Amino acid sequence: MPLRLERQENISPLRHAMAPVVAALVTLVVGAVMFVVLGHDPVRAFTIYFIEPLGDAYTLQELVVKASPLLLIGIGLSFCYRANRWNIGAEGQYVAGAVLGSWLALATHGMEAGPWVLPAMLVLGALGGALWGLIPAFLRVRFGASEILTSLMLVYVAQLGLDYLVRGPWRDPQGFNFPQSVTFDDVALMPLLMEDGRLHGGILIALLAVIAATFVLGRTLVGFSIELAGSAPRAAAFAGFDEKRVTYGVFAVSGALAGLAGIIEVAGPIGQLQPTISPGYGFTAIIAAMLGRLHPVGILVASLVLALTYIGGEAAQISMRMPFDVTRVFQGTLLIAILAADILVRYRIRRVEGTTHA
Amino acid sequence: MLDAAIIGAVLASIVAAATTLLLASLGELVAERAGTLNLGVEGMMIVGAAVGYVTAYGSGSLLLGTLAAVLAGMALSLVFAVLAIWLATNQVASGLATTILGLGLAGLIGASFVGTQLEGAPPLHIAGLTDLPILGKALFGQDAFVYVSLLLLAAVAYTLTRTRIGLVLRAVGENHAAAHALGHPVRGIRTLAVMFGGACAGLAGAHLSLAYTPFWAADMTAGRGWIALALVVFSAWRPLWLLAGAYLFGAVSILQLHVQGFGLGIPSQLLSALPYLATIIALVVISALKHGRGAPASLGVPFVPDR
Repeated sequence: MPLRLERQENISPLRHAMAPVVAALVTLVVGAVMFVVLGHDPVRAFTIYFIEPLGDAYTLQELVVKASPLLLIGIGLSFCYRANRWNIGAEGQYVAGAVLGSWLALATHGMEAGPWVLPAMLVLGALGGALWGLIPAFLRVRFGASEILTSLMLVYVAQLGLDYLVRGPWRDPQGFNFPQSVTFDDVALMPLLMEDGRLHGGILIALLAVIAATFVLGRTLVGFSIELAGSAPRAAAFAGFDEKRVTYGVFAVSGALAGLAGIIEVAGPIGQLQPTISPGYGFTAIIAAMLGRLHPVGILVASLVLALTYIGGEAAQISMRMPFDVTRVFQGTLLIAILAADILVRYRIRRVEGTTHA
Repeated sequence: MLDAAIIGAVLASIVAAATTLLLASLGELVAERAGTLNLGVEGMMIVGAAVGYVTAYGSGSLLLGTLAAVLAGMALSLVFAVLAIWLATNQVASGLATTILGLGLAGLIGASFVGTQLEGAPPLHIAGLTDLPILGKALFGQDAFVYVSLLLLAAVAYTLTRTRIGLVLRAVGENHAAAHALGHPVRGIRTLAVMFGGACAGLAGAHLSLAYTPFWAADMTAGRGWIALALVVFSAWRPLWLLAGAYLFGAVSILQLHVQGFGLGIPSQLLSALPYLATIIALVVISALKHGRGAPASLGVPFVPDR
């Protein structure tokens, strides 16, 4: 029984918007099966995982705090993916940004420096991420090396570099030998939006990025050249758009946003450098970008959904002793489901009568 | 300070480290020669490692564990195949999804086995040969995985270049439209090639958790699946170069460990980063030299028959 995919013309916007919803439902079904296999009552597990975190003010704030790095990184990645450049090393760019930004915090530690420190740290963070991201771009443009593999390899290098710094030269001398830096001074910390809350200024930066990216991608020639480089590279070349500049541009933007997310996280919720400063935000943001259809507002929604899997995962870990890997399974399933749903919305599977071609 | 016994032991451990990479990259080479780029190697490998370990631990049989690992790698590769080949989704994204899912699944499967240990696959011992100085242990004192990996390499090299199956597989990878026009089932062949890749990645995982380091640890593959992917590029899609590449990278990863042991004052993190840096350098050098030649022409392009 041969099957084939048939492209559907004129898909209604509603049908298009259905794909992520269908993907989420499929993920929930797979999740239910997983909970049963693990020997948990699926109803209780779902309640702890997805409902309870939404019910109290603290976890709701935590949700936004966890969503903001995903949002920043995911928006940056959408620039790359629209241009068909595969930066999968955002985790490394996040670390590089955190390291370069933190350098200033540590260099000015205890010096009663002024309020210029934090803004300068943010700039350095974005710069560090952009520079780290430009390495795979350069290697691709200059030598034709696959940016997929080089950007990923640089994640390990960045993580090991951070590890060296916090165990070596940047370790807090009064820290009882714990591998961590000193706690940042107040001028080097992200201000909180409300007293006694968890929300910090970085969230506003992430929201600003949504607005800026929506404008750049949707309303400017730069956005158009990125889109064209991805969907019709030959047409882009004929139109005079420089392919190399697009590569450098999208890697610089996505690196900068990932680096910004890194320094915001370190200067915000964490408050110092440690060997581990991310629960895999750089990789989860890839899913956020895909799930949000590479659109800034979509990525905003997707980041909140994915942040919920982090929060729910932590809750289930504590109250049901469930391994945190459940969250990774959820995230992987979600990505698979969205990829499949995307196709199934745009195409229709048809049974083909007769078999001239299988 | 470097006597024959130490050199012999180092060489033997290089062979062991190279075997994981060789197995995984060999499978990926076949998948890519058929035109499919599967970035799920890391995920399939770690699922193989977890399932293999748990099965061997429960049954007491390393053979059963290995079989289970191969099947698990294949099962996960099918998820990728359905997406990337049959639904023609983006191959990069589908491969990443496979890796993310695999890492999660492996973590779940292995969760209650952290801290346990197995007696690993026994090394070969041939009186006389294994006891030869320097090369004896490296050549004649390895576990079965090492010899299987070399046999598999020979079989793949032969099949790809000397048989009809290999010719068809390469045709599908070079020009899927032409292969389709000739009546070859493009997507079926690609699916089988991807499944072979999954089986090899699962086997590589089993080598890791049943022989090389016979215990279970979360994320124990540590990027080896990604290095295997880079090795395929490094080899310019030729099996014999894959052998050279895998042993070269095996040597880098073992030698950096020994240098760490000497304590020369080089930060251990820098040495740990060497295999990843070497991968980048190798990719750059080979890309600069070959400039895109050598890659199957249809690699990464989904095939959608129009009639």
